[in-house]
Amino acid sequence: MNRIKERLNTDKKVLSIYFTAGYPNLGDTVPIIHELEKSGVDMIEIGLPFSDPLADGPTIQESSTHALKNGMTTELLFEQLAGIRKTISIPLIIMGYFNPVLQYGVEEFCAKCQEIGIDGVILPDLPFDVYQEEYEAIFKKHGLGNTFLITPQTSEERIRKLDAASDGFIYMVSSASTTGAKSGFGEEQLNYFERIAALKLTNPQIVGFGISNAETFKAATANAKGAIIGSAFIKHLTQHGVSTIDKFVAGIR
Amino acid sequence: MSYHANEKGYYGEFGGAFIPEMLFPNCEELRQNYVQVMETDEFRREFQQLLKDYVGRPTPLYFAERLSEKYQTKIYLKREDLCHTGAHKVNNTIGQILMAKKLGKNRIIAETGAGQHGVATATVCALMGIECVVYMGEIDIARQAPNVARMKMLGAEVRPAKSGSRTLKDATNEAIRDWINNPVDTHYIIGSVVGPHPYPDMVARFQSVISEEVKWQLKEKEGREHPDYVVACVGGGSNAAGIYYHYLDTPEVGIIAVEAAGKGINSGESAATSALGKVGIIHGSKTLLMQTPDGQITEPYSISAGLDYPGVGPMHAHLFKSGRGEFISITDDDAMTAGLELSQLEGIIPAIETSHAFAIFNHRKFDKDAVVVINLSGRGDKDLNTYIGYFKI
Repeated sequence: MNRIKERLNTDKKVLSIYFTAGYPNLGDTVPIIHELEKSGVDMIEIGLPFSDPLADGPTIQESSTHALKNGMTTELLFEQLAGIRKTISIPLIIMGYFNPVLQYGVEEFCAKCQEIGIDGVILPDLPFDVYQEEYEAIFKKHGLGNTFLITPQTSEERIRKLDAASDGFIYMVSSASTTGAKSGFGEEQLNYFERIAALKLTNPQIVGFGISNAETFKAATANAKGAIIGSAFIKHLTQHGVSTIDKFVAGIR
Repeated sequence: MSYHANEKGYYGEFGGAFIPEMLFPNCEELRQNYVQVMETDEFRREFQQLLKDYVGRPTPLYFAERLSEKYQTKIYLKREDLCHTGAHKVNNTIGQILMAKKLGKNRIIAETGAGQHGVATATVCALMGIECVVYMGEIDIARQAPNVARMKMLGAEVRPAKSGSRTLKDATNEAIRDWINNPVDTHYIIGSVVGPHPYPDMVARFQSVISEEVKWQLKEKEGREHPDYVVACVGGGSNAAGIYYHYLDTPEVGIIAVEAAGKGINSGESAATSALGKVGIIHGSKTLLMQTPDGQITEPYSISAGLDYPGVGPMHAHLFKSGRGEFISITDDDAMTAGLELSQLEGIIPAIETSHAFAIFNHRKFDKDAVVVINLSGRGDKDLNTYIGYFKI
């Protein structure tokens, strides 16, 4: 978690990239991480693929199905990431759905993350109250932060509650949508960005969903600390492979 | 101890709402309102009226004399197959469309596997003049053409689910994604006692009319409200929840759940969730589900499209785990044989889902004077092609 806090504690706007582990090829996980760090990305979300990704649009769904067909598993991901901290210094977060973590064993999962040097976890379908009651102590014991999401429909009361329970950043979903569903921001989103900025939350906000290029990155980070790109990056990988990651990143900022 | 949901939507360790934040406002709105809305006089009146005049309730409780004679026990059939649209599914869609109206929603989405719930949803949307989108797996669309045509005739849009395995679980995922993208004006009518809280409890309450009727009907016929056993097939488990509901906390009534074993529990082609499932999260609910050791949800198999759901409602997971319910799984072959037998002994062609429940009599003995009420959840018209192919009729 400290790596995340350090990274967020600068003046720079943060660019975070999401990718699905095991896609396009099973062995691409570590090369993608290296390319992303080399290209100047500030933070990485490593997607643990799931058969039924409810909150994701077609791009991430397809990459997940593909990664699972390639043979990606939780255990294999941990094997691939072993030793990653010898060469990688930017924050690494694992993002996935709760069921694979539950089957691996929450305690075992957290212990493994700590051993590898993972800084945080994002599990969108692990509800806040269940996390607090059953799992927060385990996460903390292993030095892991859990990141909560807010959406334009989240009430201020709930946002304040999530902010108080967060330790790192708030994942701000840009609009009522699944991932990759919308491109560009309308007035509604821009108002929402300003409304959240005006709340002066304790944790910095990083915007996700709907960011695909320099323009949307700039709009999203006008008020927020940073932004996350997922579907657009996966599309780039599908079309151009791992070797041109630097070009993709250079096109964002 | 109660076998009903507690206020957080848990049945023992099962249930809850494991949903991404994007769905929280939708589910929360429903959670805060559903009981209150259902308990208003106006809602009750409208619901009862439609069940009576439109669905055709109460459905008969019929003493199956020849079946009883054959199996040497007293068998009563709860005739949900006589409901409008041919199955119990419409009890829930009537309830939910009224709920949607009370909450000011003007667009309905639903998932469907075989198409029964899709038809029941399209029906009530036509009745109320509300826009309806039904998600259905691409593979199911190809194998259930008559129900696709029915939904279209009723004015619904049928959208193919092209992700994952392109069947019921993926249609459910697509419906949930639609709801994420349309959080304000849309109500999602889930077809079974599955999904995040409050769905399992809400759907069970709407289906509870089944056991409510059994109580007074049995009193008339047998002089007692409580049978010795209630029996139902379980996929997601809504017809079962309906016939168990008023007996859940009455220990002298035995609860029997019949799951689809497909080609056999150990064949790799089965849908017997209680036997093959492990605790996990599916469609926002903590329950038993069929999955790989790595937590990926697997595709079940049954000859009956209404039973091949990889999970089971949290109520049923709890009935299984606690031992309150007796779970039996029945193969395709045994179910088909039982369906043919019911047709020829009682003149009733059941849905193949329902046929599974009837196969129980070849697998389990009942006392001669035991009263067994079996939920005849749907009629077999939709399955005629499968029956024809199977028996080479």
